Amino acid sequence: MSSYLEFLSRHADQLVNGTAITLAQFVLSALVAITLAVIAGLLTLAPSRPLKAVATVYIEIFRGTSLLVQLYWIYFVLPLMGLELPKFVAGFVTVGACFGAYGAELVRGAVLSVPKGQWEAALALNMSPAKRMRRIILPQALAIMLPPWGNMMVEILKGTALVALISVADLMFMSRQINGTTYQSAQAFGTALIIYYVFARFLVTPLMRWLERAMARRLGRA
Amino acid sequence: MTDKTIHYPLKLEGPDVPMVRFMNVSKRYGDLVVLDRLDLDVAAGEMVTIIGPSGSGKTTVLRMIMTLEKIDEGVIYIDGEPLTHMEKNGKLVRANQAHMRKMRSKIGMCFQHFNLFPHMTALENCMEGPVQVLGISKDEARERAMELLEMVGMAEKSDQHPSRLSGGQQQRVAIARALAMRPKVMLFDEVTSALDPEVINEVTTVIRNLVDQHSLTMLMVTHQIGFAREISDRICFFFGGRIEEQGPPTDLLDEPQEDRTQQFLSAVFDAN
Ligand SMILES: Nc1ncnc2c1ncn2[C@@H]1O[C@H](COP(=O)(O)OP(=O)(O)OP(=O)(O)O)[C@@H](O)[C@H]1O
Ligand SMILES: [Mg+2]
Repeated sequence: MSSYLEFLSRHADQLVNGTAITLAQFVLSALVAITLAVIAGLLTLAPSRPLKAVATVYIEIFRGTSLLVQLYWIYFVLPLMGLELPKFVAGFVTVGACFGAYGAELVRGAVLSVPKGQWEAALALNMSPAKRMRRIILPQALAIMLPPWGNMMVEILKGTALVALISVADLMFMSRQINGTTYQSAQAFGTALIIYYVFARFLVTPLMRWLERAMARRLGRA
Repeated sequence: MTDKTIHYPLKLEGPDVPMVRFMNVSKRYGDLVVLDRLDLDVAAGEMVTIIGPSGSGKTTVLRMIMTLEKIDEGVIYIDGEPLTHMEKNGKLVRANQAHMRKMRSKIGMCFQHFNLFPHMTALENCMEGPVQVLGISKDEARERAMELLEMVGMAEKSDQHPSRLSGGQQQRVAIARALAMRPKVMLFDEVTSALDPEVINEVTTVIRNLVDQHSLTMLMVTHQIGFAREISDRICFFFGGRIEEQGPPTDLLDEPQEDRTQQFLSAVFDAN
């Protein structure tokens, strides 16, 4: 035990820095995922065929291929086509785009499961399509999709570990580095495991639960 | 508008322009003919009730006025102007979204299942349209909404969400919400059908007061024959997407001329 504490204090800097990068990657990935999910999810419901097609292609590509391959593509192949992203940016954009594609299905499903009577009541009040969506449908869709988004957030957090493979200096990257220099695999990866778990279990999940409760209150259900 | 022998005016003019006119209106779902070349006029300020067997097209009539359904044939006029169509180069063409939005502002509707917005309080439900659609200030909209909630007896519950209200209370809020838009035509589709018998009166009282106090034009679908008799200027009996028989309540209910009306009414009275 004392040797593990020694291990921790010796590598505190690396672990803290790595954790900070992981958190930053997580928050930024989540923002990208939410944005893309809402846009793509709504576009799949748009009356315009070309817009629908764009959204469908995006969803198909990012859901149908592996996140790791997508990371390599965006980090190694796009520069060959003239688009070079810093690895930090490439990391969260790719993770965000990947989970945004899954999220788009959640958005679409939630919007479709708002009862038809709500659309009709909004139309009877002569609301424009944009106001109908923003003021009436989306707030209710949000309440429907929050629970699955809670799982998604944990998946995004875990998914960010892959950015280590394009050398973003996140928690996973640092653990590998520590392992490489000390060969203390159990300690290095064990610590990473614990930190990921603690964040998922005691930060992300409670936050999402809190959001769900706040939402229920807004619907007058709490 | 395939029937070339019928002339659809660009506008209804003259002293007795009806508030609502269905002219040769047909509506089909695939092979099912729901409205069959229907003609129906509702005068300004008139209260017309539609009765008839299930599937006879009653709801469809209201939904077409609310522009919730597309028209297959014929033209509907509201306040003398075409609703389903608009004028373009001296001819009637299908109405575009802008035209429908303009016309829709004259129409309000209450639904069988209330369809209140669950994420808003009773008051917010009634302010949403005035603020978001009519562009009225929040203070003014609140005042207008409270007045209407007062009128339907829901002022004390104005800060409650729909999930905390009974069916009768929700329907009264829904009526206030529709009235807050100041429509000229109000549509009621079986607004008491989803309610427990003991609260039906809450809602019928509100509608009765509306009939007494307002110059609103109203079109109501109901299975409550007694209520229809009491408040209607005219009752239309629908059958197979057409008006089989219509007239003042006493004539239609007490001395129906058509076999189908008699059968329907005796079935209804037997059930009660
Ligand atoms: N969206 C739709 N698609 C297919 N058929 C429909 C649709 N809406 C209504 N119908 C059919 O049209 C017919 C008329 O429907 P409508 O709702 O106007 O009847 P109604 O007179 O209001 O009956 P009820 O007393 O049961 O409410 C019914 O046979 C119904 O099944
Ligand atoms: Mg009906």
